[in-house]
Amino acid sequence: MATYQEFIQQNEDRDGVRFSWNLWPSSRLEATRLVVPVSCLFTPLKERPDLPPVQYEPVLCSRANCKAVLNPLCQVDFRAKIWACNFCFQRNPFPPSYAGISEVNQPAELMPQFSTIEYIVQRGPPTPLIFLYVVDTCLEEEDLQALKESLQMSLSLLPPNALVGLITFGRMVQVHELSCEGIAKSYVFRGTKDLSAKQIQEMLGLTKPAASGQQGRPPAPQDAAASCRFLQPVHRVDMNLTDLLGELQRDPWPVPQGKRPLRSTGVALSVAVGLLEGTFPNTGARVMLFIGGPPTQGPGMVVGDELKTPIRSWHDIQKDNARHLKKATKYYEAMANRSAVNGHSIDIYACALDQTGLLEMKCLSNLTGGHIVMGDSFNTSLFKQTFQRVFSKDYNGDFRMAFGSVMEVKTSRELKVCGAIGPCVSLNSKGSCVSENEMGVGGTSQWKVCSLNPSTTLGMYFEVVNQHNAPVPQGGRGVIQFVTQYQHSNTQRRIRVSTIARNWADAQSQIQHIESSFDQEAAAVLMARLGVFRAESEEGPDVLRWLDRQLIRLCQKFGQFNKDDPTSFKLSESLSLYPQFMFHLRRSPFLQVFNNSPDESSYYRHHFVRQDLTQSLIMVQPILYSYSFYGPPEPVLLDSSSILPDRILLMDTFFQLVIYHGETIAQWRKAGYQEMAEYENFKQLLQAPLDDAQEILQTRFPMPRYVDTEHGGSQARFLLSKVNPSQTHNNLYAWGQETGAPILTDDVSLQVFMDHLKKLAVSSSA
Amino acid sequence: MSQQGYVAAPPYSQAQPGMGGYQGGFGTGPAQPLYGHYGGPPQAFSAPPTGMMKSPVSSAVGMPPPPVSSQYNPNVQQNGAHPQRYPAPPAASAAYGQPLQAPYNSMGSAAPPPAQQLTNQMGAMNLGNYASGPMQSPPPPPTNSVAQQPFQISPPPAMGQPQMPPGLQSPHMSPQMSPPQSPPATMPMAGPPMAGSQMAGPPMAGSQMAGPPMAGSQMAGPPMAGMGRPFPGPPPGPGGFQQLGPGAAGPPGYPQQGGQFGGQMAGPQTGMPGAFPGAPGGLAGPPQKKLDPDSIPSTTQVIEDDQVKHGGQVYSTNVRGQVPPLVTTDFTVQDQGNASPRFMRCTTYSLPCTADLAKQCQVPLATIIKPFATLPKNETPLYVVNHGETGPIRCNRCKAYMCPYMQFIDGGRRFQCGFCNCVNEVPVFYFQHLDHMGRRVDLYERPELSLGSYEFIATMEYCKNNKRPNPPAYIFMIDVSYNNIKSGLVRLICDELKTLLENLPREEGAESSAIKVGFVTYNKILHFYNVKSALAQPQMMVVSDTAEMFVPLLDGFLVNYQESRAVISNLLDQIPDMFADTNESETVFAPVIQAGVEAFKAAECSGKLFIFHSSMPTAEAPGKLKNRDDKKLVNTEKEKTLFQPQKGVYEQLSKDCVAQGCCVDLFLFPSQYVDLATMADVPSHTGGSVYKYNNFQVETDGEHFLRELRKDVQKNIGFDAIMRVRTSTGFRATDFFGAIHMNNTTDIEMAAVDCEKALTVELKHDDTLSEETGALMQCALLYTTINGERRLRIHNLSLNCSLQLSELYKSCETDSLINFFAKSAYRAILNQPLKNVKEILVNQTAHMLACYRKNCASPSAASQLILPDAMKVFPVYMNSLMKTAPLVGSTELSTDDRAHQRLSVMGMGVEDTQLLLYPRLIPLHNTDVSSEAPPAPLRCSEERLTDSGMFLLENGHSMFLWLGQASPPDLIQNILNLPSLAHLQGHMCALPELDNPLSKKIRSIITGLLEKRPNSMKLQIVRQKDKPELLFRQFLVEDKGLHGGASYMDFLCYVHREIRQLLT
Repeated sequence: MATYQEFIQQNEDRDGVRFSWNLWPSSRLEATRLVVPVSCLFTPLKERPDLPPVQYEPVLCSRANCKAVLNPLCQVDFRAKIWACNFCFQRNPFPPSYAGISEVNQPAELMPQFSTIEYIVQRGPPTPLIFLYVVDTCLEEEDLQALKESLQMSLSLLPPNALVGLITFGRMVQVHELSCEGIAKSYVFRGTKDLSAKQIQEMLGLTKPAASGQQGRPPAPQDAAASCRFLQPVHRVDMNLTDLLGELQRDPWPVPQGKRPLRSTGVALSVAVGLLEGTFPNTGARVMLFIGGPPTQGPGMVVGDELKTPIRSWHDIQKDNARHLKKATKYYEAMANRSAVNGHSIDIYACALDQTGLLEMKCLSNLTGGHIVMGDSFNTSLFKQTFQRVFSKDYNGDFRMAFGSVMEVKTSRELKVCGAIGPCVSLNSKGSCVSENEMGVGGTSQWKVCSLNPSTTLGMYFEVVNQHNAPVPQGGRGVIQFVTQYQHSNTQRRIRVSTIARNWADAQSQIQHIESSFDQEAAAVLMARLGVFRAESEEGPDVLRWLDRQLIRLCQKFGQFNKDDPTSFKLSESLSLYPQFMFHLRRSPFLQVFNNSPDESSYYRHHFVRQDLTQSLIMVQPILYSYSFYGPPEPVLLDSSSILPDRILLMDTFFQLVIYHGETIAQWRKAGYQEMAEYENFKQLLQAPLDDAQEILQTRFPMPRYVDTEHGGSQARFLLSKVNPSQTHNNLYAWGQETGAPILTDDVSLQVFMDHLKKLAVSSSA
Repeated sequence: MSQQGYVAAPPYSQAQPGMGGYQGGFGTGPAQPLYGHYGGPPQAFSAPPTGMMKSPVSSAVGMPPPPVSSQYNPNVQQNGAHPQRYPAPPAASAAYGQPLQAPYNSMGSAAPPPAQQLTNQMGAMNLGNYASGPMQSPPPPPTNSVAQQPFQISPPPAMGQPQMPPGLQSPHMSPQMSPPQSPPATMPMAGPPMAGSQMAGPPMAGSQMAGPPMAGSQMAGPPMAGMGRPFPGPPPGPGGFQQLGPGAAGPPGYPQQGGQFGGQMAGPQTGMPGAFPGAPGGLAGPPQKKLDPDSIPSTTQVIEDDQVKHGGQVYSTNVRGQVPPLVTTDFTVQDQGNASPRFMRCTTYSLPCTADLAKQCQVPLATIIKPFATLPKNETPLYVVNHGETGPIRCNRCKAYMCPYMQFIDGGRRFQCGFCNCVNEVPVFYFQHLDHMGRRVDLYERPELSLGSYEFIATMEYCKNNKRPNPPAYIFMIDVSYNNIKSGLVRLICDELKTLLENLPREEGAESSAIKVGFVTYNKILHFYNVKSALAQPQMMVVSDTAEMFVPLLDGFLVNYQESRAVISNLLDQIPDMFADTNESETVFAPVIQAGVEAFKAAECSGKLFIFHSSMPTAEAPGKLKNRDDKKLVNTEKEKTLFQPQKGVYEQLSKDCVAQGCCVDLFLFPSQYVDLATMADVPSHTGGSVYKYNNFQVETDGEHFLRELRKDVQKNIGFDAIMRVRTSTGFRATDFFGAIHMNNTTDIEMAAVDCEKALTVELKHDDTLSEETGALMQCALLYTTINGERRLRIHNLSLNCSLQLSELYKSCETDSLINFFAKSAYRAILNQPLKNVKEILVNQTAHMLACYRKNCASPSAASQLILPDAMKVFPVYMNSLMKTAPLVGSTELSTDDRAHQRLSVMGMGVEDTQLLLYPRLIPLHNTDVSSEAPPAPLRCSEERLTDSGMFLLENGHSMFLWLGQASPPDLIQNILNLPSLAHLQGHMCALPELDNPLSKKIRSIITGLLEKRPNSMKLQIVRQKDKPELLFRQFLVEDKGLHGGASYMDFLCYVHREIRQLLT
């Protein structure tokens, strides 16, 4: 086996998993001393074009509380047709269908390259996908028109048998009946009244009426269709729904001067959730909520309708001045949990210039695996393309989305699972492998992820069980198995099983090995997730302090230094980038709320805790490419010193894609040199970052905000706020040199940060 | 509360004690004073005249007269009128004379006879004479009673000069005081020329008068005829009376009646006493058993007489306190300073001056106001006055609106309020000089100074929230539950609406109606429809949240019919089909109304809901009802609970409706008990109507229902109304009955008021009233027109005041009285056992009549029943009232029907109650095909039916065609197109259209009636002796009631007995 780098890469490609440590310390104490917990980023549905699913049921360990899946790491007695579970050591006979098994005739799940394998199983009748559009009609005419078009377009992207439904809301909430011929029919709910699921179902006529004993009545026509009057197959109601969407009008209730439109988002969602709950529980469904402003009335209201009362800011929240915050959050949380229980996910597409209440509503998506997309208007390509991308298809022509998945973690005896951080909810399945020490969403070995896509990545945190005096014996391997059951977008039920093993190592004797098995990228992201998770419930400064302490401890543990001599401090290669990640993480919008609205913070955090490692790292530390005449495009330091007049910079922060033209380049461009034949090369230079940006735009979900700016441009702030302020107005010492651009900030630079870090790390008193 | 209203009039208990008092007062009081006035100063006259004066105004003829006026003037309220009024007394007298005569003629002729008969027979019965019996008068020369006076007069004359009779009145009036006694007697009359005037009233038509100078002659003339006969009667005196002679003598057909007038005068006073006693006595024995029903006062006769007297004439309202023609009479009103009787009618036009007097006579003082009464084509619609931005000019203190009773003084710079006497500045823009008479020069250019009724344009202050109202809206709310779908009703309604909506009421001259329309269907959930004109298809919006109703849409719900016609028509086509398969039988009700209110709230308008509902709302929702129909409660203390609405939701709903100006019209199609008392609660507080079609079937009831619906939709109506009745000092409006809502004690709130709705206002004394200034009332109604304009409709009425009870009795109006009694009794049963209520009614009847007897009638034997002429037929109405379903405690009657009738009467005007309590029975078998007029109605008694006859009976709510067993086949063939009666089967609900004169005539009679009545009626054809005939019979109000209740005759006897007891 080659380097750890390769090993890590290989593992990621095959199993979708990145561990913070690829050698595991053999006792709990040692693990604790490593600072960064044994943990991994797991991408359950990592795209594996090379992995055809098998068409049979997995073989399970027969022990009732184990039920682990047969995997390549199991010991198999081919003659006795018995296999031993590598989690509980139960010896299980193979099922009859495996009668022909032998060393040369092994089922796929026993082959080492199938440490990750996918089964297609038959469970009940296939249920179609369900898409329930919940549309805010309190929009500007232009926005509404754009939204209507997007929605109409989306119908063509849905599989013909998918069920669609439409709920519109403004001051009232309307559930549109799609089945009827003739008169368009809708059920209307008051936007201010909190209704129970039962009431909603009754009002929609979804409950089976008690058999009416009335005499002389013709028996009720079987209203089998009744339950799905509101959810119809696309192919049946395509035209109808297109017309309906076409006729959608802005909310007709007058909005007096100085007021916000009355927007009953809370009730609309409640109705949507109630409707699905009553009709298709435990079936994959997406509630897609499109909002153009904050909920202003009824349960879940975020701000009153008086324009003179602005929507809460971080300042208000810190001052405990956000009147509706707690109540609304609680309301949406309750709803998110209900929805999660039923396996329905909720997407929020919020397009408005001001905040729309994502802070309160974020849990809807966070807990159900739904998307949050935030934009300025529905009439932007950001929204239009992002929305289109929701329906993107994979190489098989299937949607890149899966529903109602239950992810279970099984660990070998030396490990326990502490929790998960990602778009999931706990299923409260206590088992022997569940730790009492919770990190993230813990206390369970099963999580529900209502909606998944190939990049959805969860952070999984583990702990080593063995006490210091009874370490795991050397030479053994710890095993973790992820069993993910889900509804594939082609309506099949599938189970994907990944079984992962790592060697145990004694931290005393093999600390170098352990150190070199450190995956600093994964570790940074995993720690960042922990930080973000904490930030949701703790004060910002506390989180930062915690992060700092962890970093210092890590440096103390692995740094090489002489006590109290900062200059002597050194970190090995496998940790060298880690402090820098932490530096940028501290500055990131995930932990800093300054300059961000509560909605933005929620939005950023939402994406951070679900993207895969690469994307997460970009979010933590944006990538900066430089284009110049001096050579091919190159990545450069995310540092103010990289901002030079004769360069074009392309920065990707995941959320934004910024193309920045240096001062000189900008002047040239303004002068129109690119138009002149003799400056073809300049034209090409200008074009290069655009092409690269385009490439990123192609694959990114959600679409990043695309910013094309130049030196001195107002939008240059996107770049300036991200780069390491190595030069500021405070330390501008190099006049005349090619030193990049000073940043007007009081933030510390990486250099200062590192200096402090070193000082603290080597300090004997720390 | 209601009790008060009801009982209040005459506190019962006190009554008796009072009696004693009466007598005392009686003997001396009334009579004497009158005399005094009389003989003494002509003043007596003059005063009255003032009132009269007015009439002249109109005629304006030559009245310019005399200074006299000046004298009078002061008191007079009406600035404008004065001059004319003042017409010299002589003129007046002349006038009087004439008028009187006219009446007399008829009267005379007719009157005498009947009276006599009556007296006779009655006597026999121990009943005294009726006022009517003119005859009687002769004998007992004038005593006191006013009514009688006329007669009395005659008597004397009779005595002395036969001719007198005719002259009777005339004589009195003017010149001849001479006739010693008589004069005095007459005097009172005269004095109160009123009395005379009333009679005269009609004559008012100044013009006519004018001619008359001849008083004498005319009198003579017309009277002549009458005279001749009547006189004869009288002369004969006692003896004579008995001879029905009079009747016979009576000119043409009047026999029975004995002119009311004549009756009044004569009957009471004179005849009775002397002669009668004897006569009666004699008769008494034998006749008792076979009392001739013809001998007791006949309503049909009274009606006919009044029609003859006033029919087709012009009635000018220029005289204070004049009694208008009966509601049944066809006359034309000319507004000359007092509101037309179509708008306001009073129980009496001469209020007693003191509370004591009022208490003594127990005659309720009330006015029945029908603010939106439909005016016939030949009467001028109300003028609209605009006082500009400052709004209508009002008295600063009492807020009364500018009206003819405001007296301009100080050269026109100030005006004194006729109600509170406060002196107010005249706004500059309104200033006008006064002429030498003290009248404003622009008097005739300003309706508010010269008319009794007119409208003001209301300014912003009079609008809710200081915003101009939007045009009202009509929402059609159709119950689409199983029952209504199955019966075909929904389809029927939808089909009808398509044409009906073309005919929404519109402002005169407007191209199309401004009224918006909206549609809702419902069973236990509600469906609203978006019918915006821009839509290709209507859209349905379902609201299932019945617990907290709201309106799901704003734009597109209430639309202009013309603009959205295509979409609406599409909708109406689809509704019946959409629900064709419905299985839903439960309904909600309160949420439906709530939805309407919310819709109006959202649209910021007022309007009306048309709810077509089938069954008791049992679905889980606010206002859910349960069956509480318990026949065991009938005739117990708890019976009242059957009439009481269930508390709670509906109460609040009424308030909400009224606050928003949401009127509810309920069309009920029940197949069983629906707790109408509760369901109709909201309609009955919002100026709405309730229509009920039991076991509705399209074939038999469809047309009837549609007619009613059409009428209802097209009614002239005002919305979001608030009304106030202001009075001059000394009395005030204390209680109000009607389809109204009262938040406080003075403001009458009505979500809507249409041309059929009337409210009855009880008046009470605060203080002493002055005979000179009389009593003034101003009813001001602020409302929104169908165009969305805010208007104030003002009705002014001036009444006389008198210290003489006789005046009061003379100017009573039976029809109004019974309206008041019906409403107060119907309200009382909410709180008291039926028994008490009925007792009170009888007692009060007896009391009123006894008081008359004691104070106004000439002394006579106790065995005689003496009735004031104006109340001659009061007992028959009272008896009929007590036999109405609500007041009859019978388990055979449906609780819902009783409640329904109770509630519908509360909003009725005088015409309606009159007709309801005394149905028209029209003989059709010998119809004169060539005559224009329909045959004269008969008395409602079985005796009037003939086996071979065919009769039409209607009371404004039901209509029967009764066919005698022995109806000739050709008649049946001609009318029903059936070979014989035996072939009649099933439910024929309309007469076939046959091409023969009789059929055409009869159908035109029926059609005419249907058009005339506020409600449509379902024609029911019944054969004599068939089971359905029972239904028919209960409308023969002079007979014994089917479910209990005395016959007219028995009742009369009973009342008489009571009276006698009171008198002893």
